[in-house]
Amino acid sequence: MLKIKEYVKVKDLEEAYQLNQKRTSCVLGGMVWLKMGNRNVGTAIDLSGLHLDTIEETEEEFRIGAMTSLRDLETDARIHAWTGGAVKESLKHIVGVQFRNCATVGGSIFGRFGFSDVLTMFLAMDSYVELYKGGILPMEEFARQKRGRDILVRIIIKKVPVKTAYISQRNSKTDFPVLTCAVGIEAQGKVRVAVGARPAKAVLVKDEKGILRGFSQMDDQQKAAAAEAFGEYAAQTVVTGSNMRASAQYRTHLVKVLVKRALKQAGGVDSGN
Amino acid sequence: MKYVNQPMQKKDAKALVTGQPVYTDDLAPKDCLIVKVLRSPHAHALIEEINTDAAMKVPGIVCVLTYKDVPQERFTFAGQTYPELSPYDRLILDRRLRFVGDAVAIVAGETEKAVDKALKIIKVKYQVLEAVLDFHQAKDNTVVIHPEDNWLAQVPVGGDNKRNLCASRSESKGDVDQVLKECRYTVERTYHTKANQQAMMETFRAYTYLDHFGRLNVVASTQVPFHVRRILGRALGIGASNVRVIKPRIGGGFGAKQTSVAEVYPAIVTLKTKRPAKMVFSRYESQICSSPRHEMEVTVRLGADEEGHLKAIDIYTLSNTGAFGEHGPTTVGLSGHKPLGLYRDYEAYRFSYDVVYTNRMSAGAYRGYGATQGIFAVESAIDELAELMHMDPVKFREMNLTKEGGKFIGYDGSTWVTSCTLDQCLERAKEMIGWDEKYPARDLGNGKVRGVGAALAMQGSAIAGVDVGGASVKLGEDASYTLSLGATDMGTGCDTILSQMAADVLETDFDNIIAWGVDTDVSPYDSGSYASATTYVTGMAVARACQDLREKIKELGASMLELSPEEVEFDGREVYQLDGEKKVSLEAIAVKGTCGNNTSLQASATASSKISPPPFMAAAVEVEVDKETGSVEIIDYAAVVDCGTPINPNLARVQTEGGLAQGIGMALYEDIQYNAKGQMRNNSFMQYKIPTRQDVGKIRVEFAPSYEESHPFGAKSIGEIVINTPCPAIANAVYNAVGVRIREMPITPEKVLMGIMGDH
Amino acid sequence: MEIKFWLNGKKIQAETEPDTLLLDFLREHGCCSVKRGCETANSGLCTVLMEDRPVLSCSMLAARADGKKIVTLEGMQKEAEEFGEFLANEGAEQCGFCNPGFIMNVFAMLKELSDPTEEEINEYLAGNLCRCSGFMGQTRSILKFLEYKKAEKEEAKGQ
Repeated sequence: MLKIKEYVKVKDLEEAYQLNQKRTSCVLGGMVWLKMGNRNVGTAIDLSGLHLDTIEETEEEFRIGAMTSLRDLETDARIHAWTGGAVKESLKHIVGVQFRNCATVGGSIFGRFGFSDVLTMFLAMDSYVELYKGGILPMEEFARQKRGRDILVRIIIKKVPVKTAYISQRNSKTDFPVLTCAVGIEAQGKVRVAVGARPAKAVLVKDEKGILRGFSQMDDQQKAAAAEAFGEYAAQTVVTGSNMRASAQYRTHLVKVLVKRALKQAGGVDSGN
Repeated sequence: MKYVNQPMQKKDAKALVTGQPVYTDDLAPKDCLIVKVLRSPHAHALIEEINTDAAMKVPGIVCVLTYKDVPQERFTFAGQTYPELSPYDRLILDRRLRFVGDAVAIVAGETEKAVDKALKIIKVKYQVLEAVLDFHQAKDNTVVIHPEDNWLAQVPVGGDNKRNLCASRSESKGDVDQVLKECRYTVERTYHTKANQQAMMETFRAYTYLDHFGRLNVVASTQVPFHVRRILGRALGIGASNVRVIKPRIGGGFGAKQTSVAEVYPAIVTLKTKRPAKMVFSRYESQICSSPRHEMEVTVRLGADEEGHLKAIDIYTLSNTGAFGEHGPTTVGLSGHKPLGLYRDYEAYRFSYDVVYTNRMSAGAYRGYGATQGIFAVESAIDELAELMHMDPVKFREMNLTKEGGKFIGYDGSTWVTSCTLDQCLERAKEMIGWDEKYPARDLGNGKVRGVGAALAMQGSAIAGVDVGGASVKLGEDASYTLSLGATDMGTGCDTILSQMAADVLETDFDNIIAWGVDTDVSPYDSGSYASATTYVTGMAVARACQDLREKIKELGASMLELSPEEVEFDGREVYQLDGEKKVSLEAIAVKGTCGNNTSLQASATASSKISPPPFMAAAVEVEVDKETGSVEIIDYAAVVDCGTPINPNLARVQTEGGLAQGIGMALYEDIQYNAKGQMRNNSFMQYKIPTRQDVGKIRVEFAPSYEESHPFGAKSIGEIVINTPCPAIANAVYNAVGVRIREMPITPEKVLMGIMGDH
Repeated sequence: MEIKFWLNGKKIQAETEPDTLLLDFLREHGCCSVKRGCETANSGLCTVLMEDRPVLSCSMLAARADGKKIVTLEGMQKEAEEFGEFLANEGAEQCGFCNPGFIMNVFAMLKELSDPTEEEINEYLAGNLCRCSGFMGQTRSILKFLEYKKAEKEEAKGQ
């Protein structure tokens, strides 16, 4: 059972930061994960008075407050349009609407959970995290870091024109994913392929062999071939493991299939596989 | 008949849909001590030392109990008719711990926080023992799980605690080996089902207090109040007469609550402290230390002749009862007897089994009760046999299935088939799914294949010669009827369907019946709601009691009219003279009943049945398999049931849909896993995935009622049979789609995909 | 610590611990319709409305309700009876234990989606587990309720 000695609804980020420097302190996100543990929290830091629960759009970027609920992100029409429904797809399988009304984007990203659909999705976009002290970091760099004591303020998605796709494989519809895959194809040609729930946390698959070079300019047949080839390549490079839900061997097979499918989907190639 | 076979609303519906506080924990007094149990971290260990001093000093802690504080006579948690077939192998707390989650100590305190704190500081020194985790290695293992000398089997069931054997038996007819040898086609296959959790939404819970007589009162979420009374009387050494059990509304049971999982803990605390106490199982506890399905491995040998006549069935079941023997000797029987009842005219059969102890959570009763496991095996094997013969498996079934008026061969609940429309059920299920067009599969051309599969099922209706239904009905001063029941409505709606039967016998309005139960001090004895018994045997008792009451009403009415009972009739509203004008209203008779009256306007009846007439069912399912990922989607599940007369078509339908969804969960999602230390890994709803509404696909249910003459309204049962078809039907459909035969539940995408890859 | 919030339309003020979950707080304050089905936010039995949105009261500190508007089924009795009639007409309420959380989420859904398809219903309510009914009856009741509400609206328009 989660135990909390003191609950502080902070007035500003500085107060949150100062309180959070103690090891026993803990910033509250949506609490869906936190409350499952047996943690003894000295000071629970609540950011919910800081108006960090909104999504702002500017010319250059989307600025998603850390306290924005997964549900708000899922139903945001601007994000939906921008990502062609991929963000919604990455969220809608997470337990249920009530759960997503509680869980926050900040909590999901800060946790860097292996099973995170959200992290996988953001990795495939030109996205950043803004930390109170640490400033703005690329999502990939943040994902690699260990949890620190800084305060996550918001997530930023740069509005670089991009075609995205998100696919997850689950044993049942609202279970944790067995594997996740997100693809972002920027108009200028940059392609991001993220694979998560390996079951370790999501990583970007680097195109060391240039298989996807010029992907957006390819015709459908070429795209399909490149998607297939990159799927094979990803299966060779992405490290997978076993857990209750699936073996490493099955996951590696899925890397191939989901990467191929997501590339084809984002690339606008017809046919479901 | 006005109400039987009508979709009446459940009598308690309004309370339930408006969220009234009608469940155990809603009713518990605020000052109850909170009771929790310290659980063993080891699969097999002896407590060398246990020190509770520090725990006792935690402010708010009232009582900490260890194995030194409990009675030493063994008992069983199994809610079964006495003498129970389950061995007496438990103590409330034992020095020997037999699975991860076994009870080490009981802590009671004023607040949950205090209790949690105390649990953490009880000091236990364990002597960790080698554990038997694999049920294949249990029998005659050198590690003995129940070495105690006071292990007691009241009824010989072939068990031997020194051999880790809970039960063992073999029965046969004809020479199976010889007949199989002569068969043109034979298959031998082994199928494995796991220890699925019932996962009812309301976990196990009970609260207890002493009444003004000093008797132990137990309010419990149980399916078996009268058995709990006896179990607690023995476990606590106070005798059943000192125990009263009350059942409020229950948040689901599915057999889980046919075992007295939680009651004993608050009960002993109340006895020791004289204070009210309550225990509410967490979901974690409900997952790791409760009463799930028996894991079974069923080996089936089938043989058929050239034309496709089934000639012989040989079944061997290895059942894992876990650390204790609850329902061990009985569930296993259904793994043979029910599938054996599905087919006719075969020449020989053999059914043998071993039920073994292991260092895993004790199993219990779960909807289907062994039949689910056996039917998965036999109904899969039938398809495998038909495949060998290049025969449509539905055609094979049509040729061999059980028919009304025929003889049962291996079914133990009846010698002949009193009522059965299994042939019609199959015919209709075939039509509903479009079998002839769709069998075996259609490639959709996008990497996905749709296949169809079918299966038959049966169950019983009460345990023949054992289960007892009870009912008592009285006429109130205002001409209303109160129907007292000992059967336990756990959401299924038995209070309602029994009232429907009562209303029809009494020819009164449905709303004029008050259904009430259960309180062991005042309700008529009933074995409880399990074994698909309530509609059938309690229904009989209700009809009998109401018929009796009619006679009494006639008697009193006649005397008011100064006539003899033979000269009058009762039509539900008035007692009237058969040849004459005299009449008296029910209202007047009811009032008379309360003034200067010597005729009891109350009747009780008990019913049991020598036969257990099976309900039957056929199902056909269409699945879609993704050849690249192995994912299986249910497109359409068509099921047709013969439950005799559906007393309430709505409730029968929902029972069926619910049972199918649970079966679909078992077939596709609910993957029980243990680690090497014997810890159950599916210890939450996060790790044990029961189906959501997005997982069950489309379920369509129809009825093909036969009429069961032994029941006053022609009814049989519905509660359990409905879980039996999904495992085999879906496994058969997956095979037909992609040629992968899954013989171990659940059918995960990984297993399917690995099967596909292995083939190519 | 002290919290103040609106519970079913009434302003309440109460002492609570910083780690008290809203679920336990609500049950202690007479809202027994709110049930606990698990410890892992998976069952939806504890669903209540916070500022009109469905949330899991098992995953919410009571402290976080401070200043907010919380509604449980106790505060929607009339609506519960109205919709409950449709649920009961299918026999789909069954054991009833999941009903309050389910019904609260149905209300939340109907506020958010005016004319949901069956697929949208299944998606919106996916977080509400039910072990008795197999869900089909619940869906039938919602679809029939929607029809009834539509007809009611049409009638009101006609007048």
